[in-house]
Amino acid sequence: MSKTHTIRKGLNLPLVGAPSAQVDEAPLSASFALNPEEFTGLSPKLAVKEGDAIQAGQCIFHDKKDPRIQVTSPVSGTVKAIVRGEKRRLLQVVLAADASTTYHNFGKGMPSTAEEAKDKLLNSGAWTALEMRPYGRIANPDDQPKAIFVNGMATAPFATEASVALAGKEEAFAAGLEVLGLLSPKTVLSLEASESFPALTQAKGVEIHRFAGKHPAGNTSVHIAAVSPLNKGEVVWTLSAQDVALIGTVFLTGEYHCDRVVAAGGSGFTNPRYFRVRGGMNLESFFQAEVKAGSFRYISGSVLTGASIGATGYLGVNAQQISVIPEGQGTDFLGWVLPGFGKYSVSRTFFSFLTPGKKYDLTTKLNGEERAFVVTGQYDQVFPFDIYPNQLLKAVWAKDLEKMEALGIYEVTPEDFALCEVVCTSKQPLQQMVREGLDLLYTEMN
Amino acid sequence: MKFIQNIFDATRPAVTTGKLKPLYPLHNALETMMFVPDHNAHSGAHVRDAIDLKRTMVTVIFALVPALIFGIFNGGYQHYKALGLLNDAMGWGQFFTVDNFLFGAWKIVPMIAVTYMAGLGVEIYFAGINKHPVNEGFLVSGLLIPMTMPIDMPLWMVAISTIFAVLIGKEVFGGTGMNLLNPALTARAFAFFAYPSFMSGDKVWINTTTEAGQAVVDGFSGATALGQYATSGTTTFSAWDAFLGLIPGSIGETSTLLIVLGGIYLIATGIGSWKIMAGSTLGAIAMGLIFNAAAPHMLTEAQQNFMSIPFYYHLVFGSWAFATVFMATDPVSAAHTERGKWIYGFLVGFLGIMIRVFNPAYPEGMMLAILFMNVMAPLIDHYVVNANIQKRLKRAKA
Repeated sequence: MSKTHTIRKGLNLPLVGAPSAQVDEAPLSASFALNPEEFTGLSPKLAVKEGDAIQAGQCIFHDKKDPRIQVTSPVSGTVKAIVRGEKRRLLQVVLAADASTTYHNFGKGMPSTAEEAKDKLLNSGAWTALEMRPYGRIANPDDQPKAIFVNGMATAPFATEASVALAGKEEAFAAGLEVLGLLSPKTVLSLEASESFPALTQAKGVEIHRFAGKHPAGNTSVHIAAVSPLNKGEVVWTLSAQDVALIGTVFLTGEYHCDRVVAAGGSGFTNPRYFRVRGGMNLESFFQAEVKAGSFRYISGSVLTGASIGATGYLGVNAQQISVIPEGQGTDFLGWVLPGFGKYSVSRTFFSFLTPGKKYDLTTKLNGEERAFVVTGQYDQVFPFDIYPNQLLKAVWAKDLEKMEALGIYEVTPEDFALCEVVCTSKQPLQQMVREGLDLLYTEMN
Repeated sequence: MKFIQNIFDATRPAVTTGKLKPLYPLHNALETMMFVPDHNAHSGAHVRDAIDLKRTMVTVIFALVPALIFGIFNGGYQHYKALGLLNDAMGWGQFFTVDNFLFGAWKIVPMIAVTYMAGLGVEIYFAGINKHPVNEGFLVSGLLIPMTMPIDMPLWMVAISTIFAVLIGKEVFGGTGMNLLNPALTARAFAFFAYPSFMSGDKVWINTTTEAGQAVVDGFSGATALGQYATSGTTTFSAWDAFLGLIPGSIGETSTLLIVLGGIYLIATGIGSWKIMAGSTLGAIAMGLIFNAAAPHMLTEAQQNFMSIPFYYHLVFGSWAFATVFMATDPVSAAHTERGKWIYGFLVGFLGIMIRVFNPAYPEGMMLAILFMNVMAPLIDHYVVNANIQKRLKRAKA
């Protein structure tokens, strides 16, 4: 039996451009790319040279400290370019894709031990879909997690509904859950209170918890806090429901298929809907076909946490959605004094509070400048954790490790501060601050 | 609007690379006031709320304006009333007059101008030194400071108090967001202790400058209600007049009605903390009721009388309302935690009324109570946050 947790604090941004549930095929691009920055906590060491022929599933780069953690190619073809930045830092590996993909075979069949499961996940590259808490980085295969949290929810703006993404992949999803069952004593599957997709609601070998409420009710940190709060010294692993199916596919077929169904949302799309895509693909022609004319922000991920990739960029290998919203342009004459009927604000300082149900075509405008922390109590309204966000952020700012620990930094990842960042009067880069705090803590503790 | 932008564009080279470099913060402050800049979100969330610090501060200014305009009328009204030049039969018609307004404005507008010039001068100077843009906090402080002063305060005292407040109350702590004390109250406290003869007593609240042929009416006393209470235990003002604001006092503090309206606006917009305001109200009522109960046991008759006034009198006389709505709610110097705000607010009201009644030398207990609670707020937060930390530790052990 499942239990419903109601999350009382939060905010659903009233954005126009929500995707319809229709799923279409996005034609595969000729060029793919892997971007080490996407894999938090991984310092890349290249395993290929320019011009090398590769198969899908073959290692492109691996972690310097733990070579078992590999990032593998989503396609077969050749290594077209290796892009480096300052101090020869690896920025991107560009791959030229064959017309039809040949997959490296890791061997079919369900694993019988945790070691066997881990080995295959690591070798295939599917391991990078697993994130660990604390620190919010790629899971360490040597840890013994107390639980694995599978997120089957979508409360972020334009987020991919698990039921749409998993349609047709039920068998792979079930197989993935079976594999995860070997890795930890408990698997928790979190679902929306209204979820009715049978593959999710009748999933085997999992503890189902349902959540109701506004975003971030669908964030894994919220689920962990409600089901089994993370204490110092404990580890949990997290992943999305769709990535469970990806893991399942590795064992069912013996191949690494990085294909996903993602929601493409935002007012930039002429017809926002779902697409079948492959992680790492180039989105230039996709955007040309689907996005209106104008100046837009192209995001691999959600408008809250995604990465800006530009009109010619590549989809993240583990990206769960695509968003395109208008780029902010021009100054705003006396914008801070005028009534502001059309301005979206959680505060009621603009007259737009008179039209509460209105949807907005928000741009990427900062609407102000960065300032010192002045206002208090603002984050609390959108931050449903038993954590004091201002105090935690100040501890991060002061690099006070003990305070960060005591105030609960282990229980959050940057995405949990995304809404705080949206409503912040002082326009502080909160997600970046939390990321730096977690990274600092990780370096000090390991 | 293009031509305004052109002016800023044309003058920008002079302040970025030219000789007028020290004026860059001023240029930047003025430009960002005219035009909210076209900055885009580059890290983190790609969409942002429309609110910024300027909007926050201007919202407080909107809330202050009714009380300020009333204070301007009241300045003239109290003056002409003291000279016996008003026709009582006219009711409000003798309050909202052009004469009253012009007289009040003639005294008050220069005070506001001097406060802004002095305060922003210091702010811009420090913005230049510390290489950060001018923070907007002073937009509110600059209006609060004159509103807490008596109408006859010499301008140079206003200027020195303001400079002291910005320098010692704020910049030495690291600027906006770091200050321990409410800057506007720091200015008032400085003036109160440095120039007591201009800040307290019976002579300062009403301008009684006479021209040829004019004279102060017989039996005139310039004392405020709290001043009267402190000396005799009674007042000649009615609570209703005090609620409306037709009494002498600091410029902005007299009309409880308009201050409450401002408070409602602050709560409705989400800018002012309703918890602090509610806490202060409960604290003041609690103290008033305790005084009522203790009144018969007091030694002097004046004390007995003062302590037995109905509790709600404390909410309409003196600066309780102004202090609760506009001073105690300063987010930087108040408690930062939501639970702490209740405790902080309650103690502000409780102690403010206590000081007002017990210490006749300081009828303005609210100022001292808030400054004291400003100092105590981090301690309150410490215990509130510590409870959260302990809970986490306990959970880890279990």
